[in-house]
Amino acid sequence: MSVSCHTGPGVLPEELENSARTVALVGPPNSGKTTLFNRLTGLRQKVGNFPGVTVEHHTGLVRGENGQEVSVIDLPGIYSLTPVSEDERVTVDVLEGRMEGIARIDAVVLVTDATNLSHHLVLAARIIAMGFPTLVVLNMADELKKQGGSVDVLSLARQLGTPVVLASATTGEGLPAITNFLTTPSQSPIPADLPVLQDARGYRDWAVRVGNKAGYRKPATPVWTHRLDGIFLHRIWGPIIFAVTVLLVFQVTFVVGQGLSTLLQHGLQSSGRHLGSLLPDGMVRSFVINGIWNGVGSVLVFLPQILILFLVIGILEDSGYLARAAVIADQTMSRVGLNGKSFIPLLSAYACAVPAIMATRTIPSKRDRIATILIAPFMTCSARLPVYTMFIAAFIPAKHLMGPFFGARAAAMLSLYVLGFLMAVFTARILKSTILRSDAVHFVMEMPPYRWPTVSSLGLRLLDRSKVFLVRAGTIILAVAVVLWMLTNFPMQNGKPPAIEDSYVASIGHAIEPAIRPLGFDWKIGVGLVSSIAAREGIIATLGTLYGIDPEEHAMDLQAALHRELSFGGAVALLLFFAFAMQCASTIAVVRRETNSWKWPAAQFAYMTAVAYLSAFVAYHFLKNF
Amino acid sequence: MNTELKMIFNFINRARHKSPATLADLKVGECAVLGEFELEPGTAEHLMNLGLIPGVEVTVAHSGPGGDPRIYRVEGTELALRGELSRCIAVEPQSAAAD
Repeated sequence: MSVSCHTGPGVLPEELENSARTVALVGPPNSGKTTLFNRLTGLRQKVGNFPGVTVEHHTGLVRGENGQEVSVIDLPGIYSLTPVSEDERVTVDVLEGRMEGIARIDAVVLVTDATNLSHHLVLAARIIAMGFPTLVVLNMADELKKQGGSVDVLSLARQLGTPVVLASATTGEGLPAITNFLTTPSQSPIPADLPVLQDARGYRDWAVRVGNKAGYRKPATPVWTHRLDGIFLHRIWGPIIFAVTVLLVFQVTFVVGQGLSTLLQHGLQSSGRHLGSLLPDGMVRSFVINGIWNGVGSVLVFLPQILILFLVIGILEDSGYLARAAVIADQTMSRVGLNGKSFIPLLSAYACAVPAIMATRTIPSKRDRIATILIAPFMTCSARLPVYTMFIAAFIPAKHLMGPFFGARAAAMLSLYVLGFLMAVFTARILKSTILRSDAVHFVMEMPPYRWPTVSSLGLRLLDRSKVFLVRAGTIILAVAVVLWMLTNFPMQNGKPPAIEDSYVASIGHAIEPAIRPLGFDWKIGVGLVSSIAAREGIIATLGTLYGIDPEEHAMDLQAALHRELSFGGAVALLLFFAFAMQCASTIAVVRRETNSWKWPAAQFAYMTAVAYLSAFVAYHFLKNF
Repeated sequence: MNTELKMIFNFINRARHKSPATLADLKVGECAVLGEFELEPGTAEHLMNLGLIPGVEVTVAHSGPGGDPRIYRVEGTELALRGELSRCIAVEPQSAAAD
């Protein structure tokens, strides 16, 4: 064994000091590992994907006292070294050095929950036995003390053969010691009295013995968690609170999010006008303003709504309520052959299917996971919202149905949400009783204690989401906007852009017109549909471009233009088409990566398009005479 | 009481005593010691990693609104389990141990 035990940073060989150290943060779920990670690295972190899988991971930099930098990698939570889900497998693969493209781990920081020590010591025994230099962090020290528990850290360190630190990611206690461990190369654990090749009972007995020897006093069961569960899981109150919470999530997203979106839209429009006035009239201005600015801007305005939805879901998740909501949802989910674990991904699918599909990695059953992936895009994501808003405003009169708070437009919007949900349920039912039928589904879920969500971890999560969204707007959406602008402005006629009817985009629209004519759509809607394959909200930008540069309609606003171009039946058909079709390149890409085959996204795209086409066809034929 | 009925009653009573009680038989608030699992090794191992270990005391902390899933507390961990799973986990009720 190497004798590097008390080597301070000052006497280190040059090369070792410069070589980038990688330390893995490992621990069971709900041990506060991510909060600790955020506390340690702050804004100096980035999200990445492991090669081959979409399990996201965060890597961050921690700087030591002497300026040396260490990269810290936050691995998905594990209960043991026998993975049951995709994300747990990643952690084990990284630890065992079987993950390609990830640097060998130099040391491990094991984050455990000090209030549940005997359970988490079992994982500690397994991790320490791997032989990495390990620091055992007893997190939640503040809760341990508050609830009357205590532990002798030194005795624990002696028994485990590794340094042990009592810390709190919330209060900052013990953080300097952790940073010191991260930045200082340290020795492998001293062989200690670890259980070898024991069964679960043996491990647990060992853990209790170690805890007792270290004078571990278990804290009292959190009273508040028990009390709150009595309310949130109550026979009558539970489902009511659940329904109110879900409604509130949407209400907040719509009211606050829409307000912010409108503000952002005004800001973008006026700055676009300002920018336009700086550019010379002609092709350049047209390209920058009509092509790029308006195209990308029409998508950017949804950022506030998406962020608010993620904020609300984040608060629910970090507080512990989402786990209870999953228990309540489990009964309903079991009727379609799924379980409560699918509830959380499906709820986030209301913001965006991409993170929702990535969140399915916590579902242990492969078949349940694929079923959840396949139905998630039916949930009304925020990209459909602008399309719904636009067409509903253009075609549904603002009539009151039930008092001033619930009008015909709100009813139309709500029914589109319900339709998407029902189609998801219907599809799940079919899948789970045919190709994805699985044996007894074992729903086991840990219920974390209720905790206050921290501003910093919510903030960092939103920052992550914003980055993902902005990258999308800056790549896919930008590309669509540029291509569309070129298609509408070429081929040139006498050195000038053509009339819209003579442009390339018109040729594409006319080419697909026979296929969409039965749905009541003309070639312009056709172009919109084509451009919305990249991203749904693209149709708004496209129609804006198409009608905007049409001289005949120059003065009309988009809604009025739509009203003239499309019949009521055609509008309903279009809404149904958007409710069911899988027009989202990012979703297709993420499904391909998650399922690791083209088979599932291809089948899903075909199925959703068929459902969309048929329902649009039926709707148009029943309503075309209105 | 007629003898036939009595026989049936005795039979049911015996059957009830013979079949080992499971987690699902406990009422909310009751506690017991975990026994063996009648599950495939993979699932059993997963449950043990989550803290459900034979010999450890378990309490039924709560019941979901419809009675299923229920939440069980083992030491510091609370776990939600569906009835189909809790029926496969034997327990030794503490009251039974006292007889």
